[in-house]
Amino acid sequence: MSLLSVRNLRTRFATDRGDVRAVNGVSFDLAEGEILGLVGESGSGKSVTALSIMRLVPEPPGHVAADSLAFDGRELLALSEAEMREERGSSMAMIFQDPMRSLNPVLTIGRQILEVLRRHQKLDGAAARKRAIELLEMVGIPSADKRLSAYPHQFSGGMRQRVMIAIALSCNPRLLIADEATTALDVTIQAQIIDLVKRLTRERGTSVIWISHDLGVVAGLCDRVNVMYAGNVVESGPIRELFHRPGHGYTLGLMGSTPRVDGTGARRLTPIEGMPPNLIDPIELCPFLPRCRVAVAACRAQPPARRDLDMGHWATCFADLPT
Amino acid sequence: MADARTLPFQFRGSLVLAARQFPRNRAATVGFVVLLLICLAAALAPWIAPYDPIQIKLAMKLKPPSLEHWMGTDHFGRDVFSRMLYGGRTSLSVGLLVVGFAFAAGVPLGLLSGYFGGKLDNLLMRLVDAFLTFPPLLLAVALVGLLGPDIKNVMLALGLVQAPILARMVRGSTLAVREDAYVMAARALGASPLRIVLSHLLRNMVSPIVVQLTVVFSAAVVAEASLSFLGFGTQPPEPSWGRDMSEARRFLGDAPWMFLAPTGIIAICVLSINFMGDGLRDALDPRAWRTRRSVAAEENGA
Repeated sequence: MSLLSVRNLRTRFATDRGDVRAVNGVSFDLAEGEILGLVGESGSGKSVTALSIMRLVPEPPGHVAADSLAFDGRELLALSEAEMREERGSSMAMIFQDPMRSLNPVLTIGRQILEVLRRHQKLDGAAARKRAIELLEMVGIPSADKRLSAYPHQFSGGMRQRVMIAIALSCNPRLLIADEATTALDVTIQAQIIDLVKRLTRERGTSVIWISHDLGVVAGLCDRVNVMYAGNVVESGPIRELFHRPGHGYTLGLMGSTPRVDGTGARRLTPIEGMPPNLIDPIELCPFLPRCRVAVAACRAQPPARRDLDMGHWATCFADLPT
Repeated sequence: MADARTLPFQFRGSLVLAARQFPRNRAATVGFVVLLLICLAAALAPWIAPYDPIQIKLAMKLKPPSLEHWMGTDHFGRDVFSRMLYGGRTSLSVGLLVVGFAFAAGVPLGLLSGYFGGKLDNLLMRLVDAFLTFPPLLLAVALVGLLGPDIKNVMLALGLVQAPILARMVRGSTLAVREDAYVMAARALGASPLRIVLSHLLRNMVSPIVVQLTVVFSAAVVAEASLSFLGFGTQPPEPSWGRDMSEARRFLGDAPWMFLAPTGIIAICVLSINFMGDGLRDALDPRAWRTRRSVAAEENGA
């Protein structure tokens, strides 16, 4: 059974000029222990999808609806805010993009870890401190016992993100959502953090949703990828199949615009021309159509439909892409 | 707690660390000690004052500072030093109580308004606007006029004048701080709104609040003087720094000590409070902390 099951998730934001459909009918399943990548350019709805699952979208102006948003068999949208608070940080946790700003600058690292332990595990005193040290050691922070009384500004960006991971994993969540967790870090640190997340979540069987616009990171970490465009999943598949045989014009475009170090010979990057569509206006046809290089006649005639390409690999695209 | 020492690591609360930091700021420490001494002197006035602050001795009027009256005497022959000691009781309690009132009323209102926003924010801020449209002193005069001239009413009125200013400022800070990434991170970890407001928002707004409160204290002491001068507040012959200062105005040429004593004390108090506020602000902000080494380097460099 899947840990998280999302069916037709729709998140809108009310603005003066109309509703922005930031997420427009996203459906996917996340299995126990699976690492799912969520890729797409800025504004494609990756983060809003994550925030909607955590029920952290500010309402109003936001509004989250879904046919089903089931986590471990419970409908999240039916939970009260207080019940939801019990889940956040304990069974589902999230880490954010900016490790420089995700920790409160005026509280010690120790205090910020203890706060979560106290809140969710009712740990206090020496036991909680012992656990906090274990957590910091787990994420590879040297002399963790002394570091408890340090402040965030005394840590580097990579170390802060390690602390955030330690806090997020402190209560052994079943789902970890990482929203661009390594984007603000330099490449070597990025690789360390990815290894860390991979190791820790594999050890515990934690399911992960890894949001990134970096295809390389996703390729190295995830089991499966959802490619998002204009608030919808346009292609989904196991990592190998999707990279070897992209099934959507947008995925193709993303891959063409990503630099590779292991590519064969010199290759020019080809940017995707144009801009993403305005999410206020209703979109009937494929939202990527105006920018697509491989569009066929069917794309202009009817709304896109899901097409299975392989085992567990599908795309909402009419074009037959070269393999 | 016995086991705190035996724990194999060092872990100290933020406030303990802050308390350690405070004495490293020399000006703040001096300010704190001076203020403490002045408060003590005022509190112990009945025991340490050499003369009765009210009894009139016309034979001794307008005597310059001497060994017997080391701040001189006023136009009724009363000992200025004794009057300063007793006057401190009025002035300091006005200052401290107004600060307390402004804090207790202004900070929660500002936090509420800024954090929850929407209709509540609109309502509260229009109310604040209404208060802020009046010139502060005029509003205080009107309120005291309404409530009757009494020192308690003066405190209440000055508190009511200062609280909206603080509320507006706290709201502004809340709006800025609540957008910080760590607030969202805390929510993602299951923190309740109360926890977010108290341990995340408030802790990050200490600097502007402390600075504003030092301003409130100074303003309150001076405003009490103005109100007493206008006949509200402290009634003669009761001493208060502000009252005595305005009284001394008439004898500025003949007996400048009458004027210098209260103004000097008010100035020292306000200065001490400002230094203390600076120190408090830095001590509560770990990013501004100085190590012993950096303090030493700074002093050698200067």
